[in-house]
This record gives sequence, structure tokens and C-alpha cells, in this order.
Amino acid sequence: MDLNRSAHDRGGWPTEELIDRTEHELDDWELRTDALMGALVARGVINLDEMRRAIESMPSPEYEEASYYERWLFAIETLVVEKGLVTQNDLSARLAL
Amino acid sequence: MRYLPGQEVRVADRFHAGHHRTPGYLKGKVGEIQRVHNSFPNPETRAYGGDGLPVQALYQVAFAQNDVWEAYSGRQGDRLCVDIFEHWLEAVE
Repeated sequence: MDLNRSAHDRGGWPTEELIDRTEHELDDWELRTDALMGALVARGVINLDEMRRAIESMPSPEYEEASYYERWLFAIETLVVEKGLVTQNDLSARLAL
Repeated sequence: MRYLPGQEVRVADRFHAGHHRTPGYLKGKVGEIQRVHNSFPNPETRAYGGDGLPVQALYQVAFAQNDVWEAYSGRQGDRLCVDIFEHWLEAVE
């Protein structure tokens, strides 16, 4: 088994934990995150391979802690800064509000 | 199109630091081509803003669960079908 695998490539990782199959209502921010990603992809600003790559670039401990849409949000923030649509400073300033 | 349905192929056992769609647990495993889906832009370059060209053929490959998981305890003959791009496949003589 290749020990160099990153956090997302987890098929076959040994675990005793059961898969949590419980459903939950989505929060507003999760719906908005989904819509934002949809809009960015539809406008050709980012593609799904970039999105996946950005999610996979999350440091392992953060990745393990993050929820599904937290990972999406991380990817959106990473990519819009990388593409120069928003600066990291602007993003940080708004998040600090 | 390099491989045809029924042909045995091995998944390349190589490290790739960047984004790629080949699951780690299949690297080095031998499977059988089930079908050729089509050719698609390569996600490995598209993931970094590239155009993904040249396109890569995408195959559905079947693996025996017994080969993939050492401790597989399901039914004999169970198979796992995974989509894998051509540049991750090697011919098995």
C-alpha cells in the first residue's frame, strides 16, 4: 500500500469507525457555497478538476476535521485568490467582520 | 485506443505528487478492460489551469475483489469496476 497517498485518496485505509449515513438539513451557508461553486463553474472561472485539486491541497488535519461544504469553501477561497479575483487581504478582512 | 475489452492491464505503480484520479489502492493491480468510455481532457493538467490536451482514453476496468483486498471476505467472484485513464494502464503480457 502506497504510504504517500494524500488525505482524500483513502480507499482501503484501515478503520474501525462506521460510516455515518445520517442525513442532515443543509444550512444556508452550505446552500450558498453550492450555488457559488455552481456559478463559478458555469461561468468558466474554475473547472471541477481545479476544485478537486484545491480540496486535496487542504492540510491533512484540517481535511479530516472539515465538513463536506467546508472543503468546498476552502477550494473556492483557494482558487479565487489564486486566479486573482479576490486578494487574500480582502478575504481576510471580510472574514474578520 | 490502445486497449480493448477483455484485455488484461496493470495499473501503473507510480507516485504522482499532483492531482490524479487513480486510486492508490489499485496501483500495481491487474484488471480486465470492460469497456472504453470515450476520451476526455486530462484532469492532471486541467487541475492546474491547463487545457487537458491531448485527451486521454478512459476505460472501465474490472478487478477481482480478492486481488484488491487481502482480507476480502465477500463472495468469490466479486469484482470492482473503476474508471481509469489510459496513461495509468500498462499491457500485461
